[in-house]
Amino acid sequence: MSLAFQEIQETIRMIQMEKLDIRTVTMGISLKDCMDQNPAVMRKLVYEKILSHAGSLVEEAEIISEEYGIPIVNKRISITPAAELLGTSTVEDAVELAKTLDKAAAATGIDFIGGFSALIHKGAARGDEILLDALPRALSETSRVCGSVSVATTKTGINMDGVKKLGEVIKEASDRTADNNGIACAKFVVFCNPAEDNPFMAGAFHGTGEQEVVLNVGVSGPGVVLNALKRYPEADLGEVSEVIKRTAFKITRAGELIGREVASRLGIEFGIMDLSLAPTNAMNDSVAEILEEIGLEQVGTHGTIAALAMMNDAVKKGGAMASSYVGGLSGAFIPVSEDNGMIKGIEDGSLSLSKLEAMTCVCSVGLDMIALNGDADASGISGLIADEMAIGMINKKTTAVRVIPVPGMKEGDMAEFGGLLGRAPVISLNPRSPEKFIRRGGRIPAPLQALIN
Amino acid sequence: MKEKKAVISVVGKDQVGIIAGVTTVLADNDINILDISQTILQDFFTMMMLVEIKDPEKMEQLQLDLEEIRNRMHLKIDVQREDLFQTMHRI
Repeated sequence: MSLAFQEIQETIRMIQMEKLDIRTVTMGISLKDCMDQNPAVMRKLVYEKILSHAGSLVEEAEIISEEYGIPIVNKRISITPAAELLGTSTVEDAVELAKTLDKAAAATGIDFIGGFSALIHKGAARGDEILLDALPRALSETSRVCGSVSVATTKTGINMDGVKKLGEVIKEASDRTADNNGIACAKFVVFCNPAEDNPFMAGAFHGTGEQEVVLNVGVSGPGVVLNALKRYPEADLGEVSEVIKRTAFKITRAGELIGREVASRLGIEFGIMDLSLAPTNAMNDSVAEILEEIGLEQVGTHGTIAALAMMNDAVKKGGAMASSYVGGLSGAFIPVSEDNGMIKGIEDGSLSLSKLEAMTCVCSVGLDMIALNGDADASGISGLIADEMAIGMINKKTTAVRVIPVPGMKEGDMAEFGGLLGRAPVISLNPRSPEKFIRRGGRIPAPLQALIN
Repeated sequence: MKEKKAVISVVGKDQVGIIAGVTTVLADNDINILDISQTILQDFFTMMMLVEIKDPEKMEQLQLDLEEIRNRMHLKIDVQREDLFQTMHRI
């Protein structure tokens, strides 16, 4: 069937005017066969394996981007959670491994490599302990290495010893990069119910149930959804949901086509499509602005959660119909520093940390790219993590925490992170301490929701 | 690689010789035009063409030739594989 003039124009408009793009093609690489008792040998194997698979990732992605006239913004790599490799290592070896990953990322021309990670939702094995101890240095002494730690799942409950430790890790990582507003923390995510095939950073890792090598694709398009809604200013909410769904469908179809093409040129398997509305600091590329277009005077006011819930659900429905292999996080992201509307919401006093927490109950992921007061203590951050983990655990969804205590800054200051990471107004933690709660440690048992067998 | 279809879109201020210029480049690059439609919107010339690219290896040369006409006539010309549009608009 031939294409109509309007259809061609619609696609071109989406790409050129509304910032439809393939946000990331992320190659997942298993490093299980690189394990070695000798850390120097292991580093060599890791470096060679990454280069052998991902050596031409950037080049092929750029050729395909050119052919289709659609930008592929980021090319990235995720690896087997590094803790799996570190059972016989020292902390020093672990930091060296992170530096090797950094070098491999630079050599392949990608901007981020994810998977300096550990899964400790029930407890930490030796390799996990080593990784946790190495994390602050690994994050602050590399520029492209991203880490994540799973500290809770619906099936296992919340590892509160891990939560306590991670508050300390985040504080130390921030202190080690005090000259750069604690930027190391922007590369680190704490997860509940992590997605093992998530292509988006900083939380991407190549799960232990994944194949040898795989290509996962993340598409985005808040700008496309925003512009589609602008054409229906008086539609009722059922119709608004339909517009979002239809738009999400088209975006996902484009993403899957490109993803499959990149995978086929690289001779690897296509994994999943992750359709997430991921904002950027570009004009009109904001999730907050979509909520405002739906009818909120400003994001954060009453109605924000209902509007977000509807949008998140419509995105999923459109995406699920468009691709047989939808995975990752698929939903709306609300990273504060990367969304002009969210930044303004906080500056104007409309959006608060409590509201952001509540929003994470109904959208994908969680507290993302939030700048905290520099004197926030580790137990306060652990408390924040514990709350977010509880939301994920009870609601059987992925939740995450990526917060940056900014050394020397207090509420009302603006922290600049630069580039893709944007800038964020500093929010203060509640000054009352959860220290005793966090110090108790142990494991919060899995909820009744886990007993489904 | 087998033959591929592509959509070429041309946008710019209306002037004499746009179609002639663009189609000459296509003919020189052995590209067959399957369908063509154009319109003028507020002085802006907009043309869409569906073309058949016989030898995808020569795409680089095509882009170079188009670059000349882009600059000379101040046009925005994009070449995009057609399956993108099919995928987005046809189930």
